[in-house]
Amino acid sequence: MAVGAPRERTEAVESTATWRRGDRVALALCWAAGIALCVIAAAIVLYMLFKGIQTLRPALLVDRPSDGASQRNAGGFFDPLIGTVVLTVMGTVIALPLGVATALWLVEYGRPSGLARAVESGIEVIAGTPSIVLAIFGLAFFSQEIFSLLSFTAEGNAVFGRSFFIASIMMSFIALPLVFGSTREALLAVPAHVREASYALGKTRWATIRRVLLPSIRPGIATGTALGMGRIAGDTAIVVILLGGTLRLEAAGGPPIFSTLKGTGSTLTSYVYENSPAGEGNAYDKAYAAAFVLLIVVIALNFAIDFIARERGTARWS
Amino acid sequence: MGSKDARAERMLGAFACVVLLMIVLMVVSVMAKAWPSFANNGLAWFGSGGGETVDAQLSNIFNSPANPKDFVYELRAWPLLYGTALITLSSLVIGLVFALLAAIFIVEFAPKPMQRILEPVVRLLAAVPSVIYGLIGVLVLVPFVGNTLISTERKEDVIFVVQLSGNSVLVAVAVLTVMITPIMVALIVVALRAVPTAWTEGSAALGVNRWRTIWTISVRAVRPAIIAAAVLACARALGEAIMLSMVSGSLGFSPNPLDGLTFLFEPTRPLASTIVEGAEGFSVPPFGQTLYAFGAILLVSSLILSLGAHYAKRSLRRYGLTP
Repeated sequence: MAVGAPRERTEAVESTATWRRGDRVALALCWAAGIALCVIAAAIVLYMLFKGIQTLRPALLVDRPSDGASQRNAGGFFDPLIGTVVLTVMGTVIALPLGVATALWLVEYGRPSGLARAVESGIEVIAGTPSIVLAIFGLAFFSQEIFSLLSFTAEGNAVFGRSFFIASIMMSFIALPLVFGSTREALLAVPAHVREASYALGKTRWATIRRVLLPSIRPGIATGTALGMGRIAGDTAIVVILLGGTLRLEAAGGPPIFSTLKGTGSTLTSYVYENSPAGEGNAYDKAYAAAFVLLIVVIALNFAIDFIARERGTARWS
Repeated sequence: MGSKDARAERMLGAFACVVLLMIVLMVVSVMAKAWPSFANNGLAWFGSGGGETVDAQLSNIFNSPANPKDFVYELRAWPLLYGTALITLSSLVIGLVFALLAAIFIVEFAPKPMQRILEPVVRLLAAVPSVIYGLIGVLVLVPFVGNTLISTERKEDVIFVVQLSGNSVLVAVAVLTVMITPIMVALIVVALRAVPTAWTEGSAALGVNRWRTIWTISVRAVRPAIIAAAVLACARALGEAIMLSMVSGSLGFSPNPLDGLTFLFEPTRPLASTIVEGAEGFSVPPFGQTLYAFGAILLVSSLILSLGAHYAKRSLRRYGLTP
């Protein structure tokens, strides 16, 4: 199939007046679908903005939450905010090396090819696995006694299986396919002659990866990371199951930072969930305020992706 | 120099194997945990009936005696399976039509400025966390449906069977459709853009109008991509737990299509939401095992869907249509 390079699309000059009625109806439906998407997005953003301005007070960001009976004394969401940041950072820190290494191995080595195919489908499987299933897998796996270091333990050595450590390990599997995907895409976009030039200079594959490929695919890795961070910050199911469901950060015993990570807490997503009619908090204004902050975080990460994509345009081969 | 290179290959390969190991562990441990629930019910697990509502059965399991010999496992999970299938398939069908039209619009008919708006719009809709969709659903749409769309007579009609509060199939499907449509739009747009211009220009040169061209040439050429998009969206819908637990009514009830319009307003609860809402019961062994059984159903379904998407994409590659 000889297909030339895609050319600029020529603008068709055509009046729809001559079209059959069915075709014109279809065209109208296309317009309706496109406009509906815009309207829905605008409605969500404007509504959240309106609610956010109405409910968000700076004090909410620095006050710790408390189990108040009414909205007025339920406190702020300082702890959930910290929880979101900790979980996002730790999840990304785990997913980044795993995703990049897997993509590098698959594209640059990929031997034996059967294993490579299996790994490729494996990533697809993880991408398709619902986060709720990842969550209960994490609970089953990390409740075993050998992982007692990672979470609270009750009397008689029963491991609680819920902590920041465990939640961020499972969160990393949400970000993994995204990091892997953009890294692989970036690697495949590096032309073969770049690698060949490096080999011709007597460099090994590993040296080529470290000195040539890694620096040049950095924007791709960054895009995947930002996408992954957005997904981690927005996930609720893993938090509800694996973070213990305490409103405040509850530290387990041990050295300061380690004990917090071993302990339980909440994130913005679980805070919104608990304070919605579905949860027990029933503080709708607080839920709106936290959801607004969460939406800003997610939109900011999206802008970051746009920014990275624009920067990427500067690096050109040949 | 060879040894260092070989070591690097082994190290990177080991990272890749972690991924495979994790999938195997996941399947094995979820299945192992789920087994008692399936084993004690046999095939009846998937059926309906059992004399009590599914929620009553679940609370019996939750309140089982502490002695492992007396654990209660009796469960007929049909209402939950049906609720999952109902919500997933309805929003998938509606979303697919919507996404296909929107994708055609973006690729072919949208004026330049609108194209520029639509791209971030699709990305934004895909990126909004499900809990925010759920919050808007439960605080805006549910009260609207409950107070405005459902008349008092309708509520009184069925009061002895089920309470209509606005938490309903209708809201669940509407919000879920909005959540899964952008995923499909993004994938279909990429595929449509990859159709060689020579094909569509050839059609246009024969005097076929733009709609007919894109419908009969481009859309037909990217059918595998549309299937792959639908499958991925289906996996997403199947696993959606938080939003649905917020808006679907959280009642193990099978909405009956024979009820006419009331059907749309009846509550239900899919499998994934049942797991989230039972999160505190994991410490009760039989209840936890029942929840793992729900997880196992979701895991197996998503494995099958991943496989389906894989094959759909492969046939796309055969036509040279992946960008």
